[in-house]
Amino acid sequence: MPSLEHPAYPAATLLQLESLVPCRESQVSTLLSIFGERQQFSFPSIFIYGHTSSGKTYVMKTLLTTLQLPHVFVNCVEYFTSRLLLEEILIQLQSCSSETEQASHVPCDNFNDFVRLFKQAVASQELQDQTLYIVLDRAEQLREMEANILPAFLRLQELTGRNVTVVLLSEIVWELFRPSTGCFEPFTLYFPDYSIAGHLQKILSQNHPPEYSADFYAAYINILLGVFYMVCRDLKELQHLAVLNFSKYCEPVVSGEASERDTRKLWKNIEPHLKKAMQTVYLREISTSQWERLQREDGEPGQLKGLSAHTHVELPYYSKFLLIAAYLASYNPVRTDKRFFLKHHGKIRKTNFMKKHEKTSNHLLGPKPFPLDRLLAILYSIVDNRVAPTANIFSQITSLVTLQLLTMVGHNDQLDGPRYKCTVSLDFIRAIAR
Amino acid sequence: SQQIQEDLNKQLFDNLVSFLRQSHSEFQEKTTAWTCRMKSREIPTAALLLGVNVTDHDLTFRSISEVLQNNVTPYIALLEAKDCPGIKNLMQKLMGQLMNCYIDVDSLEDEDYVQVSQTRIRCSMTSLISWYESVTKKTDSETPRKKRTSSSRHWQSPPVVVVFKDMESFTTKVLQDFIVISSQHIHKLPLVLIFGIATSPMIIHSLLPHSVSSLLCIELFQSLSSKEHLSTIIDKLLLTAQFPFKLGEKVLQVLINIFLYHDFSVQNFIKGFQLCIMEHFYSQPLSVLCCQLVDMKKRVNSLSHNQCENIRRLPSFRRYVENQASEKQIALLTTDSYVKEVTQKLLEDLHVYHENYVLVLRCLHVFTSSLPKYPMGKQIRELHCACLENQVWETEEYESSLQLARMLNKSDLVTMLQRCVEILVSSSGKEFDNTVEKLKEFLTQFQKLEAEAVQEQDGSLSSEKELQKKTDLYHLQKTLLELKESRRSKKLTKFEMLRFEVVAYIDSLVRNYLVPADHKTLHEIVYFNTASILREHLNAAPRIALHTALNNPYWYLKNQALKSDGGSICNKVPDICIVYKLHLECGRLINLVDWLEAFATVVMAAEGPNAAAASSDQVDDIIHARFIRAVSELELLGFIKPSKQKTDHVARLTWGGC
Repeated sequence: MPSLEHPAYPAATLLQLESLVPCRESQVSTLLSIFGERQQFSFPSIFIYGHTSSGKTYVMKTLLTTLQLPHVFVNCVEYFTSRLLLEEILIQLQSCSSETEQASHVPCDNFNDFVRLFKQAVASQELQDQTLYIVLDRAEQLREMEANILPAFLRLQELTGRNVTVVLLSEIVWELFRPSTGCFEPFTLYFPDYSIAGHLQKILSQNHPPEYSADFYAAYINILLGVFYMVCRDLKELQHLAVLNFSKYCEPVVSGEASERDTRKLWKNIEPHLKKAMQTVYLREISTSQWERLQREDGEPGQLKGLSAHTHVELPYYSKFLLIAAYLASYNPVRTDKRFFLKHHGKIRKTNFMKKHEKTSNHLLGPKPFPLDRLLAILYSIVDNRVAPTANIFSQITSLVTLQLLTMVGHNDQLDGPRYKCTVSLDFIRAIAR
Repeated sequence: SQQIQEDLNKQLFDNLVSFLRQSHSEFQEKTTAWTCRMKSREIPTAALLLGVNVTDHDLTFRSISEVLQNNVTPYIALLEAKDCPGIKNLMQKLMGQLMNCYIDVDSLEDEDYVQVSQTRIRCSMTSLISWYESVTKKTDSETPRKKRTSSSRHWQSPPVVVVFKDMESFTTKVLQDFIVISSQHIHKLPLVLIFGIATSPMIIHSLLPHSVSSLLCIELFQSLSSKEHLSTIIDKLLLTAQFPFKLGEKVLQVLINIFLYHDFSVQNFIKGFQLCIMEHFYSQPLSVLCCQLVDMKKRVNSLSHNQCENIRRLPSFRRYVENQASEKQIALLTTDSYVKEVTQKLLEDLHVYHENYVLVLRCLHVFTSSLPKYPMGKQIRELHCACLENQVWETEEYESSLQLARMLNKSDLVTMLQRCVEILVSSSGKEFDNTVEKLKEFLTQFQKLEAEAVQEQDGSLSSEKELQKKTDLYHLQKTLLELKESRRSKKLTKFEMLRFEVVAYIDSLVRNYLVPADHKTLHEIVYFNTASILREHLNAAPRIALHTALNNPYWYLKNQALKSDGGSICNKVPDICIVYKLHLECGRLINLVDWLEAFATVVMAAEGPNAAAASSDQVDDIIHARFIRAVSELELLGFIKPSKQKTDHVARLTWGGC
């Protein structure tokens, strides 16, 4: 087990850090060696990537706070324009150093201003002898801002001439970031998934509730992982499940039926519930509070239906037919229209095999756009009684578009005869047609 | 009529709020539970299933926000997809609404806040949070100082409710970003989201990836389906004697059809109803008499001679007159005062008829709605239509439902009778006292039967004797019973006989009270029955209207010269009509030169052969110009467009000439 060692920091803090970030020792030690000592200049930019919930944000945050390094932590999703982002960095910078002087709001429109203001902010404070870390979470958003933002952040050290390191956190690899004009290459660091069961076990059992012993919780996590490991390795989801089902697991202990050591009995008790929960992994169909209520009442899961149970959609009479007509128009080729919808069509020469082949391929290809007139023609032929082309019918088509059951394709010219696409599935159409 | 409309709107609101309150009581519970569990990163979310009637949603949301504002929190933002193409706009809109609603709550600090909003606030979550903190702090400090009703109703830290009106139309990215952002700040800002969903809740999963939807704690609320909503409205509006105005059968059918076939929109139904009211009061001169019973007497007395003549001209009144004795007929036709007297009496009769009608209709509905296969329809509105249409007891469905009713088992029958009694008792009128008595009697008999069922096992002989006694007890139905007994060779049990009696009694009630309204005198005053006007107004057919306008301009212009016999193309009609008619004869691509020649021929035909000869080849410049104008007008109307395939051709767009 690689223990963290670094001459610049006291051993006690490092130990604490190690206990806080299990299974990430190697990454942390790499980072520490890059950071060096407080006053040393470090690498100008670091790019950290890894799959979702592999602990990037958490590790960075705990690392910087436990070692008490000056830092600015910004989420790029939240500050969606460059102006907001830069201003936020400046505001945090001002507040992290000197709380006394309440900073007035400074407008910062472009990167040039930012560099100037940044220099001012750093110069005015005692940050000069320490490395300042700017962490940009969800850095993939930077690509959507102005073109100069990302390269400029990468060489912020050079531009400002101050001791600063920019850390980018992202879920995608660096190759997708690299702008076409070329830029400073950051140091890239990969955070692997917590794929090994032991890792998950260790992390999950870390935050056990205070009223129970760690061993007890670890045993519970063991059971939980045994059930869910096959279907779900996402740490967040597992954590959610663990919290959700723990009260159930504890029930026999609370009521005194079993001791904390009686794992077998506890397993018997929890197993059916976990099986039930298994069906809804990832979906979050029912909310946490509903789940708890359900467990308290110990009722059947059938009573409280999840989100997917309410799939049935009630539609007005003609809307149903419109949707069916749209579906037919989307998935049948035009040349078959005459055959299907005309009373006196020509002879059917197609062999059965051909038809089958056609159908599967059409469903694989997805819906095709069709003009409005074709939709109406099919509608008239599938509805039994006469339908007048009233304004109501037309307005229903638009309302179906707003409901996202149909989509409009190529809406450049209204006169051009709008074309639509049907976006619902065959199952949906079947349910409607009934 | 204005007042009635207002009445109507109020009722609608009441309805809506009452059905929303149910979902909101739950919702409030949820939010209280949430304040204590703020530590987890999930955002409490209510997914509100509203059904596809998009037009109604606006009203629903307005009343939701009203209810919330009164009971839960002053901070509500309603967001619509069309206002929020990007996350920036969304934040701006959100902050604007929240801060404004704060100003609404206490107008004292108006000046401070207007200033803030004027100095271009930074639209970010941090500023929102700081705003929220300042607001809550202020209310906290204020509460001890002065007692304010609003802050006592809300909690210490009221949640901020963000309503997404039309979840489906939001772009995925905006929603995702917003949820991610707000989940980071849920500790500081108690945010509650409400999604308005029109289709099915699966849309949440299709719009949001797992990483985002796991940040939500979704609870589903289903609002009442609009069909049920409609039936409550029909119940409250049409099936009461309270409102003097009534809808005729055909009109009601049209409105219901539009509702069921087209939009499921209660809002539109109400609008249609209002249109009916307006049309009725506008077109029917005697509609002054369509008022509450209290005002009626006064209005009848103030009728002028002309209005009396109008009354005499009503077909139903004429029928009434014809049935009277001759001297009365003369009096009715000559003296106004007598007409007034009679009118008043008749209107009162009509009112009483409505009261009775509704009650008996409900009773009948109790019976028919529990029959298998619903021969008379499941909903009371269907029954209502059937009763309005003609004499309901003559229809086949009625016969079959009576047949079925004769086969009901005892427990069902008893519960139905009990419900009938409840309905009848609930009414204030004295009309039904006997009926209630009668039904109660039936009930007691059923109870007796139950008691006797035990005794019956003793022997058939004793029961037969008792039966004899029993039949003696009610002389009223004796003859009827005997008749039935004699008719059937098989002996009926007592229960069966009683069942027959009940059904026969209900039948008699129906025959007495459910007479269709147009058999009543003076029904024209309160019934609106011109369905064709309504259909024209509500079920517009733009294509057909355009076609008739261009094909047969006489229809709209009413110019005698334009009256054509069809077939041939007359040259007096406007140019565009000629061009239109000519283009109908063409295929998908129309050659402009040919078209122009045909046009010139038609126009020249009037000027006689010599004129045509004068400009043999060369088409007159004026005609040319007229042609071009007409063609461009057609293009504007969307009938043709220039095609790229051939330069001198235009493509037809409508009725796809193949």
